Amino acid sequence: MSTETMSIFSPALATRFDALVLKYPVKRSALIPMLLYAQDEVGYVSDAVMAEIAERLSITALDVKNVASYYSMLRFKPAGKYNVQVCTNISCMLRGGYEIFDHLQEKLGIGHKGVTADGVFSLEEVECIGVCCWAPAIQVNYDFHDELTNDKVDQVLADYKAKAATEGAR
Amino acid sequence: MPRLVSHPDEVKIVTSRFGKGAADIDRFLELGGYESTRKALAEGPEWIINEMKASGLRGRGGAGFPTGLKWSFVPKVSAKPKYVLVNGDESEPGTCKDHLIFLHDPHAVIEGTIIAGLAIGAKTGFIYLRGEYRYLIQIVEKAVADAYAKGFLGKNIFGSDTEFQIIVQTGAGAYEVGEESALMESLEGKRGIPRIKPPFPAVVGLYGGPTVINNAETIASVPHILAMGGPAYAAVGSERNGGTRLFGISGHVNNPGIYELPMGYNLKKMIYEVAGGIRGGRTLKAVVPGGSSTPVLLPHEIETLGMDFDQVGKAGSMLGSGGVVVLDDTVCMVEFALRTISFYQHESCGWCIPCREGTDWLKKSLTRFHAGFGTMKDIDNIQYLAENMMGRTFCPLGDAAAMPTLGFVKKFRKEFEDHLDGKPCPHAKHLDVALV
Repeated sequence: MSTETMSIFSPALATRFDALVLKYPVKRSALIPMLLYAQDEVGYVSDAVMAEIAERLSITALDVKNVASYYSMLRFKPAGKYNVQVCTNISCMLRGGYEIFDHLQEKLGIGHKGVTADGVFSLEEVECIGVCCWAPAIQVNYDFHDELTNDKVDQVLADYKAKAATEGAR
Repeated sequence: MPRLVSHPDEVKIVTSRFGKGAADIDRFLELGGYESTRKALAEGPEWIINEMKASGLRGRGGAGFPTGLKWSFVPKVSAKPKYVLVNGDESEPGTCKDHLIFLHDPHAVIEGTIIAGLAIGAKTGFIYLRGEYRYLIQIVEKAVADAYAKGFLGKNIFGSDTEFQIIVQTGAGAYEVGEESALMESLEGKRGIPRIKPPFPAVVGLYGGPTVINNAETIASVPHILAMGGPAYAAVGSERNGGTRLFGISGHVNNPGIYELPMGYNLKKMIYEVAGGIRGGRTLKAVVPGGSSTPVLLPHEIETLGMDFDQVGKAGSMLGSGGVVVLDDTVCMVEFALRTISFYQHESCGWCIPCREGTDWLKKSLTRFHAGFGTMKDIDNIQYLAENMMGRTFCPLGDAAAMPTLGFVKKFRKEFEDHLDGKPCPHAKHLDVALV
């Protein structure tokens, strides 16, 4: 596909995808990375994202959707600019993961999978994120914040809020 | 940034380069990096496999299968290309050891991948990391690019006529993909659904080619084994359990963290001495010894228990992923069982009915029970359901959900009974577990 004229992605991502599909013994192996990287740029896996990825991999959009719906990090609706993911699995639960989740719900005024009115934050209760020994922990987009207390959470939120104010919400 | 911990009883082999800046390739070379790969290249496949067999290294993902033996199953001649697959999908609750390996020593993983490739005659290796580990993926991708730039990867590795390529792959959130055949499906761009076995991956794996798949910790151990020699590595551990293990101690201990201890190290000592004992001077109630899928152990069961695959197996549980989750006397076991099963219910891929339906019914029963609406019959039903999931699924996720459930019901039956007939929970804290 002519990436410059037809792609819904930025030129940098389109170029990256051009290379990615050639990297594997089988083109389709690029599917899951492409979905995630597209989501990083577009904000969610939209129908247009799935259509373009399908075309790039010579598979159907339905095939893409079938795969995308399996993976928990992929979403089909926009999230906040900063997606706050709270682990409540056993190791985090034992060290206050639910209290952190409750605190975040109260601070942000939203629940599981909610988005704040200004679009800055979204909140999600997630399964184990692999930081069990430094629990309780959250992940904001891809950044980990561990050994949390409610005060530390407040600081983390304030930092992202300040960042959003300078950069603008999505 | 995850905090590093240390204890005098540790034997630092895999963690020997942690905190030393070894993610930088030049620093890694100063620390003796890539020497084992050069040696492996010179000595050849038979030597590598013999050293691996002598090391007594057993799979660190949880199954504990001898690594050398696994590698020897790959046919020498194959019409289809062979592959090495590194499983860094680390998702078992209580497990975060590979996180530190990728962060502090990504080149050890690259070395181990190349050596595995040399052993089985593969030209391509994949390192698959869970999608949540994006910052680690970037570290590993940089390490791979640096290794290419030095000529350690590519058409002619280390100036030889041997080719080896590495591709780093991201997942996108799925516990099930940690199962070896589901990981292959995911890498082929599909839903992570397990394949029926046989054929085993050593014969028919990724893209239909013979494939060796190993856990990231297993792979990261390989260059160290070749450097110190298989027998010397074996001598560090216990009988039939070579070397060390990265134990991740979490939960109600004073000093949680990843500790590298010899296989067979006493679990009680691990909790009370290495991890500094129970937080707030409270009493130990139970231990989940190897990630959330392993059956719970009671305090009296850990007194003389050595943490290796055989001893923990004999004690009725599993060493699993080495994720030791410690529970003090404030924990409601019904709630803990519910949170555990909620995870497996959420992660069941739905392919096999006993797992899909079983985890769902277990969650429903435990939710009702926890809310105080359980009946005596429910306790037996929970046990009956779990027993009927065991061994009836394509992959071990069904067992992973059933085994701990059986442990909780059998060992804490009294606590389940205390929840009967709308009686309030006798434990201080009570939360609704409602992850949808």
